[in-house]
Amino acid sequence: MNKLTNQRAWWFVLPVVLLVAFNAIIPLMTVVNYSVQESFGENMFFWSGVRWFEEVLRSERFHSALWRQILFTGIILVIEVPLGLAIALAMPRKGPWVSVCLVLMALPLLIPWNVVGAMWNIMALPDIGLLGRGLNALGFTYNYTRQPFAAWFTVVLMDVWHWTSLVVLLCYAGLVSIPDAYYQAAKIDAARPWAVFRYIQLPKLKYVLTIAILLRFMDSFMIYTEVVVLTGGGPGNSTTFLSIDLVKTALGQFDLGPAAAMSLIYFLIILLFSWLFYTLMMRNEAR
Amino acid sequence: MHGFGTRAMAFELRSITKRVGAEVHVHETSLVLEEGSFNTLLGPTLAGKTSLMQLMAGIARPTSGEIWFRGENVTGVPVQKRNVSMVYQQFINYPNFSVYENIASPLRVAGLAKPEIDRRVREVAELLRLTPMLKRRPNELSGGQQQRTAIARALVKDSDMVLLDEPLANLDYKLREELRDELPRFFAGRNCIVVYATTEPTEALLFGGNTATLHAGRITQFGRTADIYRHPADLVSARVFSDPPINTAEVEKRGDEVLIGELRLPVGGAARGIPDGTYIIGIRPHHITPSKPNAEAAAIEGTVVIAELSGSESAVHFDLNGQTWVSQSPGIHPFEVGSIARLYVDMNHTLFFDLDDRRVEGGE
Amino acid sequence: MMANIRLQDLRHSYVENPKSDADWALKRLTIDWADGGAYALLGPSGCGKTTLLNIISGLIRPTEGRILFDGRDVTDASPEERNIAQVFQFPVIYDTMTVHDNLAFPLRNRGVGAREVEERVREVAEMLELDTTLKERAAGLTADGKQKISLGRGLARSDVNVIMFDEPLTVIDPHLKWVLRSKLKELHQRTRRTMIYVTHDQTEALTFADQVVVMNEGEIVQTGTPIDLFERPQHTFVGHFIGSPGMNVLPCEVAGGRAIFAGLPVESANAAAYRGDGGRLELGVRPEFVSFAETGIPVDVMKVLDVGRHRIVETTQAGFVIKMLVPEDEPIPEGAAHVRFAEDRTRLYRNGWLVT
Repeated sequence: MNKLTNQRAWWFVLPVVLLVAFNAIIPLMTVVNYSVQESFGENMFFWSGVRWFEEVLRSERFHSALWRQILFTGIILVIEVPLGLAIALAMPRKGPWVSVCLVLMALPLLIPWNVVGAMWNIMALPDIGLLGRGLNALGFTYNYTRQPFAAWFTVVLMDVWHWTSLVVLLCYAGLVSIPDAYYQAAKIDAARPWAVFRYIQLPKLKYVLTIAILLRFMDSFMIYTEVVVLTGGGPGNSTTFLSIDLVKTALGQFDLGPAAAMSLIYFLIILLFSWLFYTLMMRNEAR
Repeated sequence: MHGFGTRAMAFELRSITKRVGAEVHVHETSLVLEEGSFNTLLGPTLAGKTSLMQLMAGIARPTSGEIWFRGENVTGVPVQKRNVSMVYQQFINYPNFSVYENIASPLRVAGLAKPEIDRRVREVAELLRLTPMLKRRPNELSGGQQQRTAIARALVKDSDMVLLDEPLANLDYKLREELRDELPRFFAGRNCIVVYATTEPTEALLFGGNTATLHAGRITQFGRTADIYRHPADLVSARVFSDPPINTAEVEKRGDEVLIGELRLPVGGAARGIPDGTYIIGIRPHHITPSKPNAEAAAIEGTVVIAELSGSESAVHFDLNGQTWVSQSPGIHPFEVGSIARLYVDMNHTLFFDLDDRRVEGGE
Repeated sequence: MMANIRLQDLRHSYVENPKSDADWALKRLTIDWADGGAYALLGPSGCGKTTLLNIISGLIRPTEGRILFDGRDVTDASPEERNIAQVFQFPVIYDTMTVHDNLAFPLRNRGVGAREVEERVREVAEMLELDTTLKERAAGLTADGKQKISLGRGLARSDVNVIMFDEPLTVIDPHLKWVLRSKLKELHQRTRRTMIYVTHDQTEALTFADQVVVMNEGEIVQTGTPIDLFERPQHTFVGHFIGSPGMNVLPCEVAGGRAIFAGLPVESANAAAYRGDGGRLELGVRPEFVSFAETGIPVDVMKVLDVGRHRIVETTQAGFVIKMLVPEDEPIPEGAAHVRFAEDRTRLYRNGWLVT
């Protein structure tokens, strides 16, 4: 249908355009600007072309941060998506407990991220924290401030606790929208619960799962606040993920050029991976 | 709100076409609708009824051609500025407004005074028999009541044109019958132009008024309903205006008979005057019956392919010389699929079409 | 495997503590469904037909009453234990499987051997004209193809007691409906399984079924063949619901063994059977059986609607509307006229029910 255009609509969009321009496009352009220049302080800038980009891409430090990040995101996805789906499947779809469950699931998402980091920081302390003390009492030697493995364990645990609910809520919404008739037909066909999951629920959840995976991928790839508050990137470098590395470079060392270049590379990596993910999951729809 | 003039308000489509990409949704069409008329757009699904209605309402813009109303060019005037109302197949109402508020909404938008709004809402609600439901929400009403609310909202505005796009299609057939009986009453005494789209020829016949038969984006014929039904301009129009489908066959006319293969059928009264030759005849299903309607009726038989009963009528599809013909008769006459049906054809109402599908005079 | 199905003293309410009549979606009923029959449950929206269907299939547990399959009480049995199949309003298929696997699914779940699975799938696919699409993904078929798959899953099983249809043609394209309608009838002839078909569309019901069960407001109003329903409606609702337009229902009185309408005696088939026990008395006569005559009931001709094959004439007498169907070529008088009711088609009803 060919709708007649309503010119007045542009006026409604104008404020948003201005906002986006100020908050996103102009800063982005500034970053691009910095990434191709070199400064010797005192506001003196010289054109350096792709020099910063080359330096960043060759730097050891960048590579290790990148690998750490990829590993982290991989672990997160592998744990959170199936776990979230499982919890959503277990939640009741009708009755008085529905609202209770939904509120419980929403709670972790409502906590400010630095508070989340602080909570886990204290809770995992080996001497006074519930988790830290408990683990040590069980016989493990656990100290996340000293042991890289323990630090990873804690960071992953914190992220799972914080963000699985998002996956749960998305999957739940998808499950609830499956009409009853499908379940009735499955009953009549004498399908076992696993078959119901595999042939009815999973296919119908495809779009929802795609969104969940995409969101978790992008967010975990950019993770900063919680990790910084929890471990500060340590012990040493062991939990210094890409964002954290970027901030250290930019603010810690005032190397604007490399930092800007790294931001752009970072941005492009996320864009590339997201596009790949999305295309992969959606390729069946092209028919 | 427009005032009413004293001359007949004509709505005109002048050489309208509608193209979307490479597809032509509406081929070049011209049409004149008079004020106060009831016009049915009759045609199968995807014939272009909805596209045409959207052009008439101003929701879509024609690719070429002009639209004139009361002597003014309104092509390109968007629907918000035109005084039209639409009723859809899905009962479209504001879900969080009561019936009263639903009906009042167009008046509120127009900025009428409260007492005036109240008066008009109650008047229309009374007409549509909605007065006991005014406080309820649409989801508490039955399908028929929801559709009445939508119709009431369309009527209260006193629009110049009311467009109804298959409004009864989602209702139980009995409700459909009841609402259909009442529909002319809602529009009686109003000056608006009513355009009603449907796929069922029976509805067009029941409403009377004018009918436009549509096929593949073209209006094949437009005129008084009874005229179009009795005197279709061509085979396409005859087919559109027939449910069950009109029976056709290529025949040789020789004197007082037509030959379909080996079968000879006598030709009724006026048709004898048609010159001999090859024609396509059209026989309506209700002219083929299990009992002999008059002395001149011819006997035919064929193997039953499908037998259908619908309450007070029976239809049987049978094989005649390789084609499938349909017979429709009042009463319940069950037929066994696969058995031989012995039927009679009333040849007094046969339509004759030449090989270009145009109707030949003298058939009726 | 076949079964006689008996619903004994069934009542159902969706409300926790039903108090009044209106709280009961299904009022007390007892009905038998014979082995191998083709039944239709016909009635307007909200009459309880879908509730009844779901009780038979086991998807709903009735508030009161029992369900017996061949004398065996299955009231507490789940749908898969009852060996039923159901086709829903919109096609329910397993999107990720091929047509073949969809049809095989219920068989495989029940542990049927691979060779028998193949045989049955092929047989059913051929019956439903799906055999050319067996290797395709089920999600790619048209709406009627998908409905056929839904149907096929029920037909493929040899242990099915009854196949139930819940308004299965709802999403089918209008001019393809008759194809599926006749296919269903043909399938019943071939397989001789018990089939129960729920619909509000009388064409679907009367074409498919040998026995039609007409329901209204949670009650079974009449069970009979299409001819029975047309010629001898047991309830004014049946006369009104079946046929287009429906039966004329005119208030009347009875005196001296004859019905009196608008002060004039009217001959009817059963007025003599009236026992004089009061109640709301009405005469029912279909528009087909009212005709113009020289003498009889005086009427005013109000409206003539030309429907091509006949004309629907609305006349009034004493404020009541009498509709008539007049064949195409007959003349219609204007203004004042007289009508007669065919005696053997005019019946007396008391409180809506046929007087016998």
